[in-house]
Amino acid sequence: MTSMLFAAAVLANLKVVATTGEYGALASAIGGPRIAVTVLAKPTEDPHFVDAKPSHLVTLNKADVLIQGGAELEQGWLPPLLEGARNAKILPGSPGHVKAGEGVTLIDVPAALDRSQGDLHGAGNPHFMMDPGNARIVARHLAEVFCAADAGSCADYRTGLAAFEQALDGRLAAWTARLAPFRGTPITTYHPTWKYFAARFGLVSDVFLEPKPGIPPSPPHLAEVITAMTSRRIPIVLVEPFQSRKTAEAVASRTGATVVSVGQFPGSLPGTEGDYLKLMDANVEAIASALEKAKGR
Amino acid sequence: MRSWTLPTAVFLSFGAGLAQDATPPPAKNYLNLSLDGLLAVGGSTEPDIDGLQLGGHDPAQRGFTLQNLEVVFEGAVDPYFRGQANVILQITPDGETNVELEEAFATTSSLPANLQVKAGQYLTEFGRINTSHPHVWDFVDQPIVSARMFGGDGLRSVGARLSWLMPTPFYSELFLAVQNARGETLTSFGAVEGDTAFGRPIVGSDVAGAGDLLVTPRWAGSFELTDNQTLLVGASSASGPNGTGADGKTRIDGVDAFWKWKSATAQKGFPFVKVQAEGMWRTYDAAATETLPAESFRDHGAYVQVLWGFKPGWVVGARVDAAGGDDGGAALEEPALDERSRYSLVATWYPTEYSKLRLQYSRDDRSAYADAHTVWAQFEFLLGAHAAHKF
Repeated sequence: MTSMLFAAAVLANLKVVATTGEYGALASAIGGPRIAVTVLAKPTEDPHFVDAKPSHLVTLNKADVLIQGGAELEQGWLPPLLEGARNAKILPGSPGHVKAGEGVTLIDVPAALDRSQGDLHGAGNPHFMMDPGNARIVARHLAEVFCAADAGSCADYRTGLAAFEQALDGRLAAWTARLAPFRGTPITTYHPTWKYFAARFGLVSDVFLEPKPGIPPSPPHLAEVITAMTSRRIPIVLVEPFQSRKTAEAVASRTGATVVSVGQFPGSLPGTEGDYLKLMDANVEAIASALEKAKGR
Repeated sequence: MRSWTLPTAVFLSFGAGLAQDATPPPAKNYLNLSLDGLLAVGGSTEPDIDGLQLGGHDPAQRGFTLQNLEVVFEGAVDPYFRGQANVILQITPDGETNVELEEAFATTSSLPANLQVKAGQYLTEFGRINTSHPHVWDFVDQPIVSARMFGGDGLRSVGARLSWLMPTPFYSELFLAVQNARGETLTSFGAVEGDTAFGRPIVGSDVAGAGDLLVTPRWAGSFELTDNQTLLVGASSASGPNGTGADGKTRIDGVDAFWKWKSATAQKGFPFVKVQAEGMWRTYDAAATETLPAESFRDHGAYVQVLWGFKPGWVVGARVDAAGGDDGGAALEEPALDERSRYSLVATWYPTEYSKLRLQYSRDDRSAYADAHTVWAQFEFLLGAHAAHKF
């Protein structure tokens, strides 16, 4: 795997490193063979708690472009890596340091920073890539960055961007149509990861298994969740690979809801490796078919 | 960055320029500030806690100890430097407040050729435990070997360090640190004039030439064994004068290893297993005095610890410590070379990354004393911008 990456990196014009997979997938879609992409976080692990492994330091040392979310999701592990990487190209403020969230309107921006309210992200909710509309903003941003870093291939990057946007438009119409029958349906999620997704497709995401962001579920809070789910007839609980499926199952079994496996990162779900559109296809399909089944009951 | 907004007129000793913060908007601060409190309570069958707990940040008495209150200032100085200072406050068993400037240094951000320079007061990059602050320790106290070799407060001094990230496909880094060799945190080296070491008075160690400085080369390398397992190994060597006289020299060599497995579907970084081990060997060449001949003392020590984070927020672990030495039939009895071993068990609960509760039991086996059984509970709270943890 690693050796393949290095081989690809030798032939590519730009070495791009992404903190998490959805940015890496967008970069690949735009740059194709002209860029070699390495993703630091595994698609199945909690992106807030990636280890600052020395191997990541070597990867960053050789990078031309670093894409991070820009909304503090990587706060717990990226700074020491940047410090040790000795690569001026990707330091904050350099053109090669990309904050994907720039230009995206973030929700849940806290009025005050107060950790008694849980582990808040000062910049706002960092899970904005679950709204495909934001993927378009990020993709355009990335194309500009690649053009600036590798002007000779700019036309190719623009072509890649146009193809991606065209595919995204087509898929977005299909996803919207697929979820249209369920407008207004409330959903339960583990962490406030799916608020952007819900807002885009007309679902309501305001019930969470975590009592506060980053705070583990507690029995009294879960009792409240069960009450809310029963009275509001919430049909599904979304759970990601690194979240406790057991907790989700316990709540679902008490309320008649269905647990649905979803993911934020290409590769979180089987068959979605390296492809943002396939990932969103899988998410939309998993949610829509579970809601369909619930409606049929 | 979750931190307090400070007025722009905050100056570290390196000066604060127009910083580029390593964090996105809306951070409107040039300086990240955090405050970390560590409190211990417990006791031991051994009344002499001082002789038992050698670390300067270990619990210091039966009952309660405020192990440390650490204030950390850090941030980008300008596009070329990053600055950090760790100021420690402690309350002694006599109720006095001690202030310690533990570290205050700047590192370069973008030197060419994969080089990095660090300058200021800093913990010498020797092994793993020496550069870590008590807040990241997996146990309540520091290993016996580090206390014996480096004193209660770690090997730290004023100086400069050059490091080179080698152009290898795996992580491989060379360090060379040059620091002053005298002072109370250099117990194996210049130490403090008027103290005694190995039965000899410390007569001073002014810097007359480069040979009077502490020189510490280190190499560290890391390998991804599998997708979920990482190995990090290192070798260090510190040499410098000790203050026993013109011929007094000390050399300490060390090897360290760290292995970690983390689940591919880790939630909050759990579950994981990590194993850490370090060994050190010291040669202390004491100079002749009016009454004592020149003598060489050799000692060594090691620890191995295993930690298992079995579910989010919960970690259990065990540590074995050992240290001992050979005084080569020296003229004087040398308690610093006595055989000693310690077995510790620890359980920690982290409600969040910003607090922890810990319980530790140790059995101490010292050649000249009765076995000691010791139990400490520890509580930590952290305010402000939480600095990310190194691997």
